[in-house]
Amino acid sequence: MGRNIRVTEYREPDMSDIRSDAGGSGAAPRTTALDAVHRALGATMTDFAGWDMPLRYGSERDEHLAVRSRAGLFDLSHMGEITVRGPQAAEVLDYALVGNLSRLAVGRARYTMLCDASGGILDDLIVYRTGEATYMVVANASNAQTVLDALRERAAGFDAEVCDDRDAYALIAVQGPEAAGILKGLTDADLDGLKYYAGLPGTVAGREALIARTGYTGEDGFELFVSPDDAVAVWEAVTEAGRPAGLVPCGLSCRDTLRLEAGMPLYGHELTTRTTPFDAGMGRIVKFEKTANDGAFVGREPLEKAAAQAEKAPPRKLVGLIAQGRRVPRAGYTVVSAADGSVIGEVTSGAPSPTLGKPIAIAYVDPAFAGPGTEGVAVDIRGTHEPYEVVALPFYKRQR
Amino acid sequence: MSNPQQLRYSKEHEWLSDAEDGVSTVGITAHAADALGDVVFVQLPEVGDSVTAGEPCGELESTKSVSDLYAPVSGEIAETNQDVVDDPALVNSAPFEGGWLFKVRVTDEPEGLLSADEYASFTAGG
Repeated sequence: MGRNIRVTEYREPDMSDIRSDAGGSGAAPRTTALDAVHRALGATMTDFAGWDMPLRYGSERDEHLAVRSRAGLFDLSHMGEITVRGPQAAEVLDYALVGNLSRLAVGRARYTMLCDASGGILDDLIVYRTGEATYMVVANASNAQTVLDALRERAAGFDAEVCDDRDAYALIAVQGPEAAGILKGLTDADLDGLKYYAGLPGTVAGREALIARTGYTGEDGFELFVSPDDAVAVWEAVTEAGRPAGLVPCGLSCRDTLRLEAGMPLYGHELTTRTTPFDAGMGRIVKFEKTANDGAFVGREPLEKAAAQAEKAPPRKLVGLIAQGRRVPRAGYTVVSAADGSVIGEVTSGAPSPTLGKPIAIAYVDPAFAGPGTEGVAVDIRGTHEPYEVVALPFYKRQR
Repeated sequence: MSNPQQLRYSKEHEWLSDAEDGVSTVGITAHAADALGDVVFVQLPEVGDSVTAGEPCGELESTKSVSDLYAPVSGEIAETNQDVVDDPALVNSAPFEGGWLFKVRVTDEPEGLLSADEYASFTAGG
């Protein structure tokens, strides 16, 4: 229906393409195992990285606030799972990724990145060590093929195999302060013993699952990797169990505003092949001290240079911006000096923040303007310079 | 959501009431509000502004998009809805009622405005 809505100026490359049920041009997007469930719930669907995904079920603001105060249920089956298995699985990942994955304990997870030979970010990843010689790498849908190809290429000569498991899993996330309480009655796993960024095999509603305490919302929560054949049963069981606590189904629209408030980067926005982890203020995840492969890993030399550069003359810094007015900054808008209108940065993500009740943005800005409270920072919103407050990220941090 | 029979509709998804003393009320349809998602900011023309049928005269921002607001007729702005400026969510909750946007003293009306039934088939056609 929405192709007749004239959306001008701004188009989120993959999220906002509100499209007709009749479909647009190009190849038909893939559907997840939960497609019929979403349609029965009346979801507004969107083409996201080649997948037909729920954008929202009702009001995205209400969905956002439900995750902050109660719980939300997400279908994230578009995410790409890749298994690396074999005696040298750890060595493969230490060579292929910037992190020190051989040091990751079995049952734990780590946030890391895949960089190209010049240190540019190809994707950000969560890696779960599910066994002594088995890891599951979870890539963004839009980059999953790139990650798979790079891991296969980089695994050459190692005693390990890289398996495309994208079709082997559906991914269901339960996020929010009530998530643990809701899941507890459905699983045999010891959730109290499951730390943040840990994952273990168990059952949910009698179905096998990898249960991970991870997420992309800034709240406590779980991600359940299940067989696509079990996805509907698990979704329905969580929906039922969550009803008294006020759990609601949530689409990708609120997932984006939740991660934005939590200051979490999104590939294609804060992270690109033109940025290194140091540019993105995430240099801490690059582990030069790793020992496997004599410390060699793809991108090591350019990343050492990027680290030294960040030390002595930092490039633009990633900061938070909070609007004083009500107009919403969008990705690609320029950040300007209110004094003379000169360009001092660029917005990478922006949205109305349901928690703050104001528009917010993440932006790269020149170091001179990056300090919290810096005066005279504005965003050029379609020709008007709107005043913004510079803050440190994140905008929102949950009370533990 | 059904489109009120007494209104007429533009292909840009605005609705227009029959003129009373030459003044018509304008808003966006429920269909458009649904497609946009939660509206968070509304910029309306000023009282006294001249607007031209088919030309942008304001904008609507939702979580994910910015959309131009088009004047369905030509004329002079007689009144704007301050309630919707203060609480843009009215566009979603009551698009044909409390979420109206402005009143316009009509000087010229283009051909081709749709009836409720015509608009319903227009939007059903995707």
